[in-house]
Amino acid sequence: MTALTDPQRESFRLSMLINDTRYRSLTFQAIALILVISLFAYLGSNLVRNLAAAGLNISYSFLEDPSGYDINQTLIPYTSRSSNLQAAWVGILNTLLVAVLGCITATVLGVIAGVLRLSKNWLVRKLMSVYVEIFRNIPVLIWILIIYGIMTVSLPAPSAFRGDNPTSSMLFNLFAFTNRGIYIPAPVWGPGSMIVVATFVASIIAVFAYRSYAKKLLFSTGRLLPTGWPSLAILLVPTILLFLVLGRPIGLDIPELKGFNFGGGIKVGAPLIALWFALSVYTGAFIAENVRAGILAVSKGQTEAAAALGLRPRRIMNLVILPQALRVIIPPLISQYLNITKNSSLAIAVGYADITATLGGITLNQTGRAIECVLLLMLFYLAISLSISVIMNIYNSKMKLKER
Amino acid sequence: MSDTHAESVAYVRETAIPPAPAPVTEAGVVGWLRQNLFATWANAALTIAALYAIYLVLAATLPWVLGGVWTTDSLTECREVLQGRSAACFSVLTERWNQLIFGFKYPDEFYWRPSLAFVLLFLAAAPVLFFDLPRKLLLFTAVYPFLAYWLIWGGTIWAPVFAALGLVAGYVIFDRFGNQNFATGFLGGIAAALVVWILADYIVPLIASDDPLLPAVQSRDMGGFMLNMILGVVCVSLSLPFGIALALGRQSNMPLIRWISVVFIEFIRGVPLITLLFVANVVLAYFLPPGTSFDLILRVIIMITMFASAYIAEVIRGGLAALPKGQYEAADSLGLDYAQSMRLIILPQALKISIPGIVNVSVGLFKDTTLVSIITMFDLVGMIRGPILASSDWNGVYWELFGFASVLFFITCYGISQYSQWLERRLTTDHR
Repeated sequence: MTALTDPQRESFRLSMLINDTRYRSLTFQAIALILVISLFAYLGSNLVRNLAAAGLNISYSFLEDPSGYDINQTLIPYTSRSSNLQAAWVGILNTLLVAVLGCITATVLGVIAGVLRLSKNWLVRKLMSVYVEIFRNIPVLIWILIIYGIMTVSLPAPSAFRGDNPTSSMLFNLFAFTNRGIYIPAPVWGPGSMIVVATFVASIIAVFAYRSYAKKLLFSTGRLLPTGWPSLAILLVPTILLFLVLGRPIGLDIPELKGFNFGGGIKVGAPLIALWFALSVYTGAFIAENVRAGILAVSKGQTEAAAALGLRPRRIMNLVILPQALRVIIPPLISQYLNITKNSSLAIAVGYADITATLGGITLNQTGRAIECVLLLMLFYLAISLSISVIMNIYNSKMKLKER
Repeated sequence: MSDTHAESVAYVRETAIPPAPAPVTEAGVVGWLRQNLFATWANAALTIAALYAIYLVLAATLPWVLGGVWTTDSLTECREVLQGRSAACFSVLTERWNQLIFGFKYPDEFYWRPSLAFVLLFLAAAPVLFFDLPRKLLLFTAVYPFLAYWLIWGGTIWAPVFAALGLVAGYVIFDRFGNQNFATGFLGGIAAALVVWILADYIVPLIASDDPLLPAVQSRDMGGFMLNMILGVVCVSLSLPFGIALALGRQSNMPLIRWISVVFIEFIRGVPLITLLFVANVVLAYFLPPGTSFDLILRVIIMITMFASAYIAEVIRGGLAALPKGQYEAADSLGLDYAQSMRLIILPQALKISIPGIVNVSVGLFKDTTLVSIITMFDLVGMIRGPILASSDWNGVYWELFGFASVLFFITCYGISQYSQWLERRLTTDHR
């Protein structure tokens, strides 16, 4: 039997930097660090030299200067004398507006199409897959331009609504579809209208309270309260009663033809409609696929087990399938919302004044501050993306299957 | 046994009744219709609504498409032929075909060059897409990028030849030393390629003839659907290796490498492509050495490749994460080092899982190449919005042009996604 001795402690040799796993990762990281630093130093020195050669400097003072251009669709007060910063705010709000509108309609469209794709009806099933395939496989920019074309080329001009025997007429005498945009009635808030609005908000809260009470009652005593009709009644009856009692404080400002154009009401411009609608149908097709995949991901045994417990089909859907399907559907759904927000930057193609068109388009061209504008633009989108992914991470960790 | 029940029952059948045919309402066409279209009242209503919707769409488009005019030279002429009928003026497609496909500045007499490159693309892609083809065809795939560059851009043949030689030198070095030590082979290969390219930088101007076989075409003359194809094919193929590297970097246990990858990926994924194109258009020039002028097309390719790599990296990371941990441990226990285990065990499986995702990203990227029209490059959409719709001949032909663009993109993208589904079925190894 030979005595075991400790192996001789090796002294450090240079080749160990590559061959020894203890040091190799350090070597690689050092190389990577040097490469990255030298890349940034190279780019930075080029930037400094180029700026010096062009006599420019990095400064954000242009944000305070008057912008000098008009924006046709604004949510906040804005004139051509407002600052570039104000123009950027208009753009940010417009981006958020079209993104929120797009998310809502895309979800509605996508859920309907996704559920119908699983319908037992052969024709409807095929029709929905045609919808999904057509809209998924054609670039969204082309859809935006096509729908913008429908809005501006095919719809009648306001003058078509004029005269004793007009060629076009308003829908329900409330909505006017023209090639300049769609005119919709605007609400007029009279005295006392706030009471009606407050009542309506209170009834919404009351509906939720009633439903949770009904659920609690069901779980504790087994008594089943009806929820459908009472909810509707709680939601509508008090508001309508108060509205009539107070003498109809909320009126409608209906758009009407004044001269060559419509006046009154709210004008929703053609670019906004085109962008909103195109983003909705395009993203709706993707959401439809997510919804379908989510529902298919719930195994058939779940449905059968629920049926064996004696649940009715609607309750199977509400209590067994949907909660499990939502776990699969929501993460890709949120990333589709993110896509809508990012794709809304295509607004520049149809002249909708979103942040890309104001800050990254006109302001950039007028001031020549390319680096600053593009940097601010990227930071804005980055902030939105990161905050959405934070929300998604919180959701994911909350919804994670509670396993042993 | 037949008389068992003789006392208690009057009659007992001793042979089976022949099976009766299913009722008419349950079999054949009628049965299918009842089951699939008219199962319930609600279902029947849905069917009728769907039929009505189909009728509305077809009634609006079919006469317009079928009555289309194909042979006039301008919109006014087309309107005269139509005499007030509402029908399509497809003659814009026949008259402007070359502009739609090649852009408006590519020299007419060279149209055969990109066309040939396009046909050869299928030959080059075939062995990559279909594994049953002889492996020797891959040699042509390797040559193809240089051949296609030479065909489309023209100019001296020595530039692509030396570019290829550099890669060959790098590969030879890697093949020689990579077996002993991956890092040595890898770095040595890169160094060898760089040496050849730097040498070529001096040699090529000397030996290039003034009158090359294929006259050079400027990058800014590229346009039309050709530009979409160039951007799509180049950026997807370039972004695959970068995407794999980024995905491995994000999974790496070296913190610095991981952080670089994470920051790059999240930054690129957080901003819209259009802002990156703005960078390519107006900002990138500030970060390059003074006096150098990059082609806009090259700058755009760089930015789109970065964009696509980040997305592909996320898809591949999903594939890596989906592999059971046992695969990594098995590779380790066989004594394979990192490069070997990745190349032989992990990546083949991870890439297979990621194929649908990679194809989705590629299709999305190909669709996104239309965005270059916003930074005034004349791709298919740019051609339609710019030179064609603005021309006095065809001002106002809206639907025919965008319909054509949609059909072109639909065919390409639908084709790719059908291929990916075929591949997925082909590659499934589980027995289900």
